[in-house]
Amino acid sequence: MTSTTVQKHDLMDEDVPIGPPPPRARDLMLWTWRQLTSMRVALVLLFLLAVASVPGSVFPQRRTNPVAVAGYVEAHPDLAPWLDRLSMFDVFGSPWFGAIYLLLFVSLVGCVVPRSFAHARALRARPPAAPQHLTRMRDHRSLDTPQKPEQALDAAAAALRRHRYRIDRTTATLSAERGYLRETGNLFFHVSLLLIIVGAAVGGLFGTRGTVVVLEGAGFTNTVTQYNDIAPGRLVDVADLPPFSLELVDFTATFATEGERRGTADEFVAEVRYRTAPGQPSTDRDIRVNAPLTIGRTDIHLLGHGYAPIFTVTDGAGTVVFSGPVPFLPADGNFLSTGVIKVPDAQPEQLGFSGFFLPTAMIDEQGPRSLFPEALNPAVVINVWKGDLGLDSGRPQSVFQLDTRSMEQVRDDGEFVTALLADGQALDLPDGLGSITYGGYVEWANLQVSSNPGLPILLGGAGLALVSVTLSLFIRRRRIWVRVTPVGAGGSVIEIAGLDRAHGGDLDTELDELAAATARPAGLGTGTKGPDPT
Amino acid sequence: MSTDALSNLLLEAALVVYAGAVLAYLAEILLAQGLDRVGVAHGRTLVGAATETSTRARVDPGPVDLDPSLPPAPGRWSERGERAGRLALPLLTLGSGLHLGAVVARGFAAGRAPWGNMFEFAVVGALVAAGVFLVLQRRYEVGYLGVWVSAVVLGVLGFAVTVLYTEAGPLLPALRSTWLVIHVFAAILATGLFTIGAIVSVLYLMAHRLGPVAGRGRLGAYVSRLPDRSALDRLAFRLHAVAFPIWTFAVMAGAIWAQYAWGRYWGWDPKETWAFVSWVAYAAYLHARVTAGWRGRGAAGIALVGYLTMLFNFIGVNIFIPGLHSYAGL
Repeated sequence: MTSTTVQKHDLMDEDVPIGPPPPRARDLMLWTWRQLTSMRVALVLLFLLAVASVPGSVFPQRRTNPVAVAGYVEAHPDLAPWLDRLSMFDVFGSPWFGAIYLLLFVSLVGCVVPRSFAHARALRARPPAAPQHLTRMRDHRSLDTPQKPEQALDAAAAALRRHRYRIDRTTATLSAERGYLRETGNLFFHVSLLLIIVGAAVGGLFGTRGTVVVLEGAGFTNTVTQYNDIAPGRLVDVADLPPFSLELVDFTATFATEGERRGTADEFVAEVRYRTAPGQPSTDRDIRVNAPLTIGRTDIHLLGHGYAPIFTVTDGAGTVVFSGPVPFLPADGNFLSTGVIKVPDAQPEQLGFSGFFLPTAMIDEQGPRSLFPEALNPAVVINVWKGDLGLDSGRPQSVFQLDTRSMEQVRDDGEFVTALLADGQALDLPDGLGSITYGGYVEWANLQVSSNPGLPILLGGAGLALVSVTLSLFIRRRRIWVRVTPVGAGGSVIEIAGLDRAHGGDLDTELDELAAATARPAGLGTGTKGPDPT
Repeated sequence: MSTDALSNLLLEAALVVYAGAVLAYLAEILLAQGLDRVGVAHGRTLVGAATETSTRARVDPGPVDLDPSLPPAPGRWSERGERAGRLALPLLTLGSGLHLGAVVARGFAAGRAPWGNMFEFAVVGALVAAGVFLVLQRRYEVGYLGVWVSAVVLGVLGFAVTVLYTEAGPLLPALRSTWLVIHVFAAILATGLFTIGAIVSVLYLMAHRLGPVAGRGRLGAYVSRLPDRSALDRLAFRLHAVAFPIWTFAVMAGAIWAQYAWGRYWGWDPKETWAFVSWVAYAAYLHARVTAGWRGRGAAGIALVGYLTMLFNFIGVNIFIPGLHSYAGL
């Protein structure tokens, strides 16, 4: 499949004849294989791969933004199920996307393997013998020298060697070739793409990624139950996670207070104290955006942050049935945050609270709002529900939502009970249900804990790809032949010809230099340039 | 004057000077005479040989050859057009000097590498395109690219200043990283090179289409001064061949930074997806160049598709599609 004729082009060049498939089964298979590994089909597959990626940026994707997918499904109730059937919400995990890149890689392997053998043979082979009539080639020089043929060939060989040519010498000719690295680079580039795929697969099988919300003053131990969500690789034993633990000592977010950028974040710092294993000494470190903490092979990234207002709930019997911080989720740029408190132990009825946390609170005709993301004037707005929280119903529940199907919102004189509470203020519930007190807040950090053993392979593959693609594009493949013929008393005629695989190089310069170097000992000129046959 | 104001002033000056360069290049073309007035057939002429040709045309009008069977000869630059044309390159050089000054001043004003948002990306990208042309101009006869390059640079800069303008300021925490400097600069460099590559590919297709009528009319006078198609194809290939590894590096540097900042090297974010699409398109171009049936026009077409995906990634993805890169936006 690799052509050794010089006029042919680089990369994968052989052209499979187009035509109807042959009738016999064995021939058909061969035909299919040759089609698949042909350049034309590779080109089509590359195209398909590019086109197939596009919907992944047009439709929201489950892997990256499940909330947006849910929103899209709600907004397009007729279209969405069809899109879903076509895997439009998971393009990069869809069978058709997988089929395209699998075919592409089969095509790639089918092309690279035979070419590697051919190249290995070419690396061991001698440069092709000199053509009979060098002066008939497009680029040639011919000159006289008083040197003996042997001396002239020695001089030419030395000059070519300096330019790192591989040389084959007969009594009257030199054949030289350079630029083998071009094909080497080309092959390694394709191999490096395979390496990148392997690296990604290793990461998918042996890596883990999870996120955990950690409150200030609270800790996290690296066991599967402590994660808010975790996606372990297929071959990962989650009972065998590295035994580190950490504590969030303090979280600080600072925001720009003036100018165009008012309200945008300046800096996030999570101060953590961690131990690599129980009983080990603890270490203090800051985690920032762009500065993850690495414990062994596990990286801990700071992905997000928010507020967790602290509540104390007393029930109708006067018992404190809930006390502590509750993480609320930021809902807008000024960190108006929403959350719920579930109090299943309250008597006489279970209680549920839904509310807002407003870091810089403001209530006007637009309703409760936050004016700035920093907690300058923090307050909470609370609504009250009573009834059955549904925690024993077996239905899965989110900690950020109340299941109000068996609950009713509490009223006082027909009005829904609601209140804006500042630090230390309490809301007394009607009908002897109890009370809820807001007592300040702590901040929380959303940490991503991940390990990916595929990374070194990926990095190696990427580095190899970069070096080899550069070689394959910039190394010039060139052949040069020299023939000497003795004339007169000890002199000779030197003929030099060169051939490039691609046009537009510096072949002329090199031939001139070689002619000069070959003739130099006798101090003769550089000879005449051959006429251009075109 | 603050460095920010200085930067803006230099940018406006660069716009004016670039506009001058565009006019000078246009004058050279529009004032040229088509062949049908003076018809001497003598093969194709490169821009470098234009002076000689036009002088001869003025002194010796030559025989008026009306034989339609002869191939059309190149049109000539007129003397006035040529005088205008001689101003073009100095203007373009001066414009890019001012442009470079604006970028440097912007860097000092913001206290960081001046490519942290869409405005700065466009400004530096235009500078790279102008710079690539000026470097090419020193080594090759590429004067015929001048009108296109100066027009594109002027257009991009004008778009940046009027639509994308953002005050110099610090970056969001997520963007404060050495990788920003590396990743984005590589992306800008590749974009600038791909831009010039796309221009050459367009000229290749134009020469292909207009080939038979070259030499007729003013456009013909311009087209007849283009180098032959295979030389255009080679130049386009070289530009893309330099840009492709740089783009590959830009994508990889982005992946390394993503691993570092977000703990995942690749997440099919819209920007990543389109970077991948562009990469695949340009890989297809490199393959098409050596595939029978796709060489030449097909390959040039694919290169242009690749460039469209680059443009969409810069404009469409930043503005219309929400994603992790969207805060790099307006």
